[in-house]
Amino acid sequence: MTAATIEREIRIDAPIEVVWDVVTNPKHIVNWFAEEATVDLRPGGAGSLNFTEHNHVSPLRVETVDPPNVYSYRWSQPDGEEPTEENSMLVEFILSEDQGVTTLRLVESGFAKNNWSEEKNQEYFNDHSSGWDHFVPRLASYAATANVSAK
Amino acid sequence: MTGRVRSYDEEVWLAVADPSRRSLLELLINRGEATASGLASEVPFTRQAVAKHLAVLEKAQLVSSRRQGREVLFSVRPTQIDNAAQMMVNVGQAWDARLQSIKRIAEEVHRATLAPIEDGESGPPGQANSH
Repeated sequence: MTAATIEREIRIDAPIEVVWDVVTNPKHIVNWFAEEATVDLRPGGAGSLNFTEHNHVSPLRVETVDPPNVYSYRWSQPDGEEPTEENSMLVEFILSEDQGVTTLRLVESGFAKNNWSEEKNQEYFNDHSSGWDHFVPRLASYAATANVSAK
Repeated sequence: MTGRVRSYDEEVWLAVADPSRRSLLELLINRGEATASGLASEVPFTRQAVAKHLAVLEKAQLVSSRRQGREVLFSVRPTQIDNAAQMMVNVGQAWDARLQSIKRIAEEVHRATLAPIEDGESGPPGQANSH
C-alpha cells in the first residue's frame, strides 16, 4: 500500500481527550497550524487551512475520525483537483494514552499505487531502503557533490 | 509556480513522495544516465510504469531527458534535487514545530483544568478535615 515518508512521535503531559481536541478543533488548530481553519469532522468531510500570511488556502478531506485515537486527512493535491490516493498526501494523527501521558504519532505519507503484493512491496523497499530517513541524507549528499561538479 | 505557499513546490513534493519514484531517482543518481527500459530491468514494475513515473519526475524538473539516436536517456537535475532534499528537511522541521506547539497547547489546557485543585494543595485544608 503506502510507504511512510515522515514519522514523528511526541509525548504530551495531558489526557488523550485534551490532545484530541487540540489536534482536531479549529479553535486550537489556528494556534499551531494555519491562521484560519475549518473542518467537517467526519469521514469524507471537507476542511481548509488558510495560511493568510502566504495568501494560500489548502483544502483537505477527512479520511478517518476515530476519537480519541485516530484522525487522518488528505491534502497537497494539485490545485483544483479532488484529493485521491494517487495525487495527495495522507496525514495521520495517532494517539494513545498511558497513565495520563499521551503519545501523539504523526505520519505524513505518500502513495505507492502499483499492483505488487504488500509483501513484495515491503521486501523491495526494505532491500532498497528508500525510506524517507535514508533517502533524504543521500539526496542531500548527492546534491552537495553534484553542485560542486555542476557548471 | 508563483503563489506556492508552504515554502515548497507541491509538484516536487508529490513527485518525491512516492517510493517508486524515489527508487528511480536513486537508480538514476547511481547510474548517471539511463533509458526507461534500462531502469525497468532493475525495478519490479513495468516499463510503462517506469515511463509514467519518469514523466512525473520530469514535469517536476527532477530529471531531464535527451535523445541519443533512437534512445531517450534520462538523468537527474542536481539543482532541483538539491531543492527537493531541502524541502523534505523543511517539511519534517515544520511538523516538529507543529507538534511542539500541540504539546504546549495541550499541556496548558490540561494545567488550566487542574488549577483549582493545585491551588487547594497550598491553601487551607478543605472540607475533608472538618468534623
